[in-house]
Amino acid sequence: MRRIGIDVGGTNTDAVLIDGSRVLGAVKTNTTADVLGGVRTALDKLLAQTADDPGTIAAVVIGTTHFTNAVIERRALQRVGALRIGLPASASLPPFIDWPEDLAAMVRGEVHMVAGGHEYDGRPIVPLDLGAIRDAARRMADAGLTSVGVTSVFSPLTAECEQEAGRILAEEMPGVAITLSHELGRIGLLERENVTLLNACLQDLAQKTVAAFTEALRSSGLTAPLYLTQNDGTIMRAETASRFPVWCFASGPTNSMRGAAFLSGLDDGVVVDVGGTTSDIGYLKGGFPREANAAVEIGGVRTLFRMPDLLSIGLGGGTEISADGSRIGPRSVGFRLLQKGLLFGGDTLTATDIACAAGRTDLGDRSLVEGLSPGLVARTLARMGEMIAEGVDRMKTEAGDVPLLAVGGGSFLIPDEVEGCSEVIRVEHHAVANAVGAAIAQASGEVDHIFSNLTRDQAVAAAQTEAESRAVAAGARRESLKLVELEDIPLSYLPGDARRVRVRMVGDIG
Amino acid sequence: MRQIERDELEPLATGAWILGTGGGGSPYLSYLNMRKLYAEGTRVKLMDPADLADDALVAVVSNMGAPLVGQERLSDPAFAAKPVRMMEEYLGRPFTAVMSVEIGGGNAFQPLLVAAMTGLPVVDADAMGRAYPEAQMTSFAIADLPMFPLTLADIRDNEVIVARAASWKWMERISRKVCTEVGSIAATCKAPRTGAEVKAHGILYTTTQAIALGREVRRARHAHEDPVAATLAAAKGKLLFRGKVSDVQRRATEGFLRGNARIDGIDDDRGARFEVAFQNEYAVGWRDGRVIVTTPDLICVLDSVSGEAIGTESLRYGQRVSVIALPAPAILRTPKGIAHVGPRAFGHDTDYVTVFGDGAATEQFS
Repeated sequence: MRRIGIDVGGTNTDAVLIDGSRVLGAVKTNTTADVLGGVRTALDKLLAQTADDPGTIAAVVIGTTHFTNAVIERRALQRVGALRIGLPASASLPPFIDWPEDLAAMVRGEVHMVAGGHEYDGRPIVPLDLGAIRDAARRMADAGLTSVGVTSVFSPLTAECEQEAGRILAEEMPGVAITLSHELGRIGLLERENVTLLNACLQDLAQKTVAAFTEALRSSGLTAPLYLTQNDGTIMRAETASRFPVWCFASGPTNSMRGAAFLSGLDDGVVVDVGGTTSDIGYLKGGFPREANAAVEIGGVRTLFRMPDLLSIGLGGGTEISADGSRIGPRSVGFRLLQKGLLFGGDTLTATDIACAAGRTDLGDRSLVEGLSPGLVARTLARMGEMIAEGVDRMKTEAGDVPLLAVGGGSFLIPDEVEGCSEVIRVEHHAVANAVGAAIAQASGEVDHIFSNLTRDQAVAAAQTEAESRAVAAGARRESLKLVELEDIPLSYLPGDARRVRVRMVGDIG
Repeated sequence: MRQIERDELEPLATGAWILGTGGGGSPYLSYLNMRKLYAEGTRVKLMDPADLADDALVAVVSNMGAPLVGQERLSDPAFAAKPVRMMEEYLGRPFTAVMSVEIGGGNAFQPLLVAAMTGLPVVDADAMGRAYPEAQMTSFAIADLPMFPLTLADIRDNEVIVARAASWKWMERISRKVCTEVGSIAATCKAPRTGAEVKAHGILYTTTQAIALGREVRRARHAHEDPVAATLAAAKGKLLFRGKVSDVQRRATEGFLRGNARIDGIDDDRGARFEVAFQNEYAVGWRDGRVIVTTPDLICVLDSVSGEAIGTESLRYGQRVSVIALPAPAILRTPKGIAHVGPRAFGHDTDYVTVFGDGAATEQFS
């Protein structure tokens, strides 16, 4: 089955065409401000390169950092209404409390806090104040807001209050975009609310961007369904992505890790993606990145949701090296490597110059680095290898050696032997690992519910059935579904043999 | 009496989290409250305990409950002040000042929240010099001071007064039960203390010490110096072990988070192994199978790079950590103190083992 994967990054837009496990073509172009132009160019080049009939393509999958970058660069964000349900609890720390001032000033429209929410054991804190929600909705409508984020105390355990509020908002604010926190986050009110508000402020941009992707496909003659990749390495339908842009936040590194796994044929190991300024180190388990369980900051905002566990270290191709080699980074010449690096006639000693002098790679004019002392080159190379080994070790969750998958434009900085790694694997097409990761992404369905008055087996079966139908709704073929995660926790403080069951099913699309 | 300055709040959060010895709950949300109150112009005063009149009446406050619930039902100054007002009404007397039951963790900020609402000064003292999970684990309990009355409030209109209790343990059982019923989080005002009692039996100057500790760690971090070494210097501590967490086991039992962690040595400790047991806080440490440190010594696990304290609930495989010990307040090191807060109080069949030789460090800080 033929699929196209596209990675829309801040600088480059890469596209690949794969058939089963073979990469038939790969192209790189510049990302354009309107997104559409770059994607269309990439598609046209790819189809020309492979001389393929667009009609044979079964699916197009796009991974993008567009929404993350919008938050980081503070652009194209809309003003939102924040509705918190939980009074009389938590009143002193209103929504946006610990946001960077510049971002809050752009995004904070109206803030409303109303009575309601639940206890940890499912009892209501106080009755939900429906009148106050209706009043808040009218005020937000009057203020011209078109997107609202709703967060209720303990909603990951009981979503009733948020769902009720959603119904009232839809009645009072026709056409409003509504983000409910239980659909996004976990326990931790402020962090979950932050994710909800970030999602709300990206609604317009998400709709426009997904529309542009759709238009690019149409104008390239593609009729295949469009999917976007999410943080956990699985896909969602384009309509879903336009409602939940935050699920795309970390899809870049995730796709790079998944792509590396696919290209190497390995499902478990450490992936080191060496870019211009940093190296991202992540851990693959069963072909998927391990999830982070601590707060992750995005654009200075604390969040806690489904994100890959990544360690970023200050080592990339453009990393600056002091003249005596005693200091490596963290400064980097970044994308100016082609002007600043010694190899390219510049005046700054970089990691790439060292690697080239040692014969690890061949770039620029090698005669320009011949004067570097062999001792300096050897010491610096060794130290860079140690930095990578240390980063890899920090990400390991168990003792023993693991294979290391080396990807990214600067992956020549990774030595052939790394302490704690059984082998270092370099693969073809590693520079477009992101796009490959997008092309191979599967669809998933997840359930995280509390079940009562059922035996453990019955509860797990119920959760699995629901997860299966969600995965199918997300685009998976039923016969390809596999159970990838199952967790059940008895809740001893609740009556009726209550247990929380989390199930995730994954399957191929098409 | 002096004003607590705005730039002391963040150091207080950092220092208090270290003194929490893995428990006590993160001060983050309470710190956010104080930062907001200061931005709005509120200021809080810190009072030298020596300035307390013998017959002064001091409120001893705490936020009680499960840290998980505290992440959804957030710290709130109005809620913190409620039981203090209840107690004044019950006693028919106004308070002179307010103090924390424990300086370790989020409760370092509880008296500041109350002070911001009531205008009372905060006494520079607490009753633990660290964090502990239960009511009888305080210097006041060790000194056999009365344990009642206690007032407890939740965010609704529920207010409970425990007029009498047969012992500190009974007070713990009864108040814990009420706390669970109102959602496992409650603001409390413990048995009021006289100025004389605070001066004789409190752990003195711990707010100032927590701020100084936090400030020194933050300074070292910004200057790219070793923040762990800065902690040791500021708090007269000892480095016990440097390593990498290689195993963590946790179980929730009887409302407590219990467990063990194993740390494999690196650098000077390469080849050695450290194990630490916790019950909310770190309680006992073994080096290569031999007990080398126990509560009441403060056992702290710090991130080796940032110096940030690591709580027992966020300890995980692969973290590079430094295990350090800080000296416990003298009262906790007496035979009576050890009976209340020594290793046997946490179910470990071992005597108190300290890394601070007898009498070498009877005060927590200089």
